[in-house]
Order: sequence, then structure tokens, then C-alpha cells
Amino acid sequence: MQTSSSEPVLVLKDIRKSFGAVTAIENFSLDIRPGEIVALVGDNGAGKSTLIKIISGVYAPSSGSITIEGETVSMASASMARAHGIEVVYQDLALADQQPVYMNMFLGREPVNRFGLLDRRTMIAETEKLVKELDVRIPSAHATIRDLSGGQRQGVAIARATRWASKLILLDEPTAALGVAETAKVEAIVQSLKSRNIGVLIISHSLDQVFKLSDRICVLRRGKQIGLRNTAETNKNEIVSMITGLN
Amino acid sequence: MSQPKQAATPLSTPMERPSLLKRINLQQYVVYLGFLAIFLFFAIVLRDSGFLTVRNLSNIVLQTAPATIMAIGLVFVLSAGEIDLSIGSIVAVSALAAAVTINAYGMVAGIAVGLGAGLAIGLVNGVLVAYVRLPSFLVTLATMGLFAGVARSLTDLRSIPVTDSTFTGFFGSGALLGIPSLVWWTVIAILIGHIVYRETRFGAHVLATGDNNRAASVSGISVPRIRLAVMMLSGGLAALAGLLYAGRLQAAKYTLGETDLMTVIAAVIVGGTLLNGGKGSVVGALVGSLMMGMLNNGLILMGLSVSDQMIVRGLIILAAVAVSLREKAR
Repeated sequence: MQTSSSEPVLVLKDIRKSFGAVTAIENFSLDIRPGEIVALVGDNGAGKSTLIKIISGVYAPSSGSITIEGETVSMASASMARAHGIEVVYQDLALADQQPVYMNMFLGREPVNRFGLLDRRTMIAETEKLVKELDVRIPSAHATIRDLSGGQRQGVAIARATRWASKLILLDEPTAALGVAETAKVEAIVQSLKSRNIGVLIISHSLDQVFKLSDRICVLRRGKQIGLRNTAETNKNEIVSMITGLN
Repeated sequence: MSQPKQAATPLSTPMERPSLLKRINLQQYVVYLGFLAIFLFFAIVLRDSGFLTVRNLSNIVLQTAPATIMAIGLVFVLSAGEIDLSIGSIVAVSALAAAVTINAYGMVAGIAVGLGAGLAIGLVNGVLVAYVRLPSFLVTLATMGLFAGVARSLTDLRSIPVTDSTFTGFFGSGALLGIPSLVWWTVIAILIGHIVYRETRFGAHVLATGDNNRAASVSGISVPRIRLAVMMLSGGLAALAGLLYAGRLQAAKYTLGETDLMTVIAAVIVGGTLLNGGKGSVVGALVGSLMMGMLNNGLILMGLSVSDQMIVRGLIILAAVAVSLREKAR
């Protein structure tokens, strides 16, 4: 693990994305530093999901550049984003319900021993270490996903992203489906990511959550970047008026 | 509504595994209990009818060998969330293609053509399912009929004798170290199938695909390639089953495999493989297959008519599916 550097893990410069005649994102610029949590807020249809898809390699931007730790990249697929150390925690979690936690943790990237057989011991050991570090309280690495609560599942999904992300984790509404206590638990896990020197970009509809977790807030409205504020130097009224365009 | 469940897990020991009793999944063992129950039932009821003789019991194993081989393929197919209804037709086409080729060009060519035919049909199924994105149920329903027709027209409904004694020994009536070759085929296929299913990345990706294909896809697993692979695997194994039939009966006919589909599906489901994907067992399929074979054998020894046998088999399949789906909905 590297020491804290001020060089951004991700720099987006003048990102534009249009679908035919419709412009979904225009002139979007943002940099995210290691250990920083940036919140992306905006109304439905503001372009947050499109932006997440651009950063995670699902869409290619129509113009503009993406720079990851100083290297300008063009990502043509989600696997390329993953190869660059970017992981996404999806709204619907993308977990295989009937498989154990440790298989989900390594889904698609299972380690094998020299005979080409699954190295379960490594998978289980790494899983147990990680859920302990992140304080995700699950019965065991062997537990089947569908036997877990919503908060535990989200914890597993974040732990998986943490296992593989070397640069950036994108969280798409991580607590949208959770109850109060589970939301608090997941927020604590997200908070603990700061110490891991990776950048976090979180989409959330809850301004309480945004103010609790983020270092900076980026506001989108109808595909336009309205503004970027230091969380400590702004307040909910300002953010709300930026989101809605009303004073 | 999702409710906070933190209280359900003890805060002091978050890594503790659940108790043994909780981890044992009854459904997983239903097939072994069922097998034992049916075995004991026949052993008592048919004690004077020769059910327990070594000859009869080994006959059951030999007769179920082709169905067991097909069942391995179906475990992979169902686990990936697909189905293959064409395996019976593949058995017939492959056996006939092999028989004709053996008689004309010899054993090696015959084996290659027989297995090649199964893989080719599996390829057709797989491409239509994986890349044209048609439901496997409909694709294989169509190819089942299509290749049953091909099998009939291939030799004009005639039976083709297979006289090559090396072939019939290797695939049928032969033995190695005193153990019949059909038993060898069964044991080796189950062993390889089990290891590939449980211990390889391919097996894990098959399960992930059937469990949640979107999760598999965003995790970098090529879902279409997995779907193609399981359909080809199923085709290849059905072709091997066809060769085993041809070897044991020393002939190939379009009726081979005709009634196997239901038996194989039942064996696989009874063995703990879910119809909807994501979970299964190769060893369970073996036990399920032996159970179906034992059931056939016992019902015949009991003197049941063919129609009564069908009714009893149907009831057993119904019970198995009920248990399987109850588990999924848990």
C-alpha cells in the first residue's frame, strides 16, 4: 500500500457523451484523490448513471479524456476498467445468490493451484481477513449469499470491490434498499475505505448521507456540471438549490 | 421490507460458522435416503425374486451407464440455467453414425464420427442458445424432433449391426481387471465430471452463469461462451452414451435413447440439481441415475405392467421436482 500522495487516482477532463442528438453529459471535469470520498448528486435523469458507466468502461465518452494515475486511458469494456483498478458496486449488487461468500468475492477471478483446480483455501482465508478488516458481520465465508441480510450482502459487495480496486470504487446508491441500522453499518464500511488510499465516488439521493460521508460534492443537473463544493464549506440549502436550479 | 438483522449475528464472534445441524441441507441428502429406502423396499419385497443377486445388481449398474453419462452433461446444462431436451435424439444419431462408419471405415473413424455428430448437434444448440439468444427449451425441443427424424432417415429405420469386437468390448461387453468396461466408463466419467464441476474455474463459472448471469457477466465471465460450452458438453456426452449403447447391444437403431430423456432429467433433479440453475451435484446425479435404474428393475421384477411402471416413475419424478422447487423458494 502506497503512502498518501496528492496525485489524483482519476482525472476526468471535458467529458461529453451524446446518444444521437441527445446530449447526456457535457463538459464534465472531476479529479478524485486517493483516500477521498466524492459524492455525485443530482435529480433523476441528471446523468449520474451515464457518468458511472463511462468511468466503469461500459460507455466510451464521445469526447474528453480519462486519466488514471497520470496515464490517459481509453476503456472499451468493463473488464478494462477493472484491469485499471476501478471497481463498481452496483445497485442490484451483482452477487450470485446460491454461491458462498468466498466464491462471490472471487467471481470471475478465482485463483487456482498448480493443478488448475480452485484454490478454496486462499479464497476463504482472504475473504475472512477482508470481512474482518471491514467489519462486515457475516456468519462465515462459507455462508450462502441468499441467507444474508440486505446489509450483509451490501457489505460483501463492497468488500469484493475493495479486494480488487487499487484506484477507485464507484458506489451506486449503496444504501437505497436498506433499513436504518443497516444503512449506518454500510456507511461505516464506506467511511473505513478512506484509510485504504483509494478514491471513492458515491452516488446517493440522501443528502444526510452525502454530508456524513463525502469530502467533496459534485452536482449534476440535466447533464451539466453545476458545481463542485468542499463538503465542509457548503450546506444542504446550497446543494439543494444547485440540484433543482431554484433559489 | 428489509429489516436490520445485526442482532441475529453475535457481535463478539462475527466469524463463527453456523452449527453443523444448520449447515446440513436435508435436500442434499434426499437422494441418498431415497436410494436407500427404495433399495431396502425391493430387498425385502423381492427377496425371493432375485433382486439381491450380484448378477441382478450389476445388471442395474450396466443398464444405467448410458443414462448416467448423459446425466453428467445435464447437470452442467441445468446448472448454467439452460436445458437440453435433444439428448435422446443425439444418442440415436451418434450411435447410428458410428455404426455405419465402423462398418465402412473401422473403429477409430466410427468413434470420431459418432462423437463428432454429438458435438456438432451440441454446437448447433449452443450457438442458437448463446449467440442467437433463443430459449434453450425451445431450441432443443426443435432439435430433439429434428434429429429424431434424421436418425430415422439415416438408415431408413433399419437396425445396423456392430460387429467390430474391439469396439463392442471397449464400449460394451468387455472387462478390464475383472470389472466391466461400462462400469469403468461410469466411474471415470463421474470422477472427471465431479472434479470439473466442483474444482475448476469452468465449473464455478457455469454455476455463476446459472445463478445470476448479470453478476457473472459484470464479473468478466463470458456468459455466451459458458452457454455454448455446456450445450456442447451435453451433446458430446450424449454421443458417448450412444456409443455405449451400440457397444452393449452390438447394434444401433433409431429407437436408442428414445425414452431416456425423462429418466435422465429425473435422475439429475432427484440428485439435487436445481432446474433453474446455480446449484447441482454430479455425484447426486449418479445416485439418482442408479435409483431410477433400480426402480425400473424392481418394478419389472415385481411384475408390474409397463403402464403401471410409468405411473410409479411419474409419481417419483413429481415428488423429486416438488422437493427441488421447495428448496429454491426457501
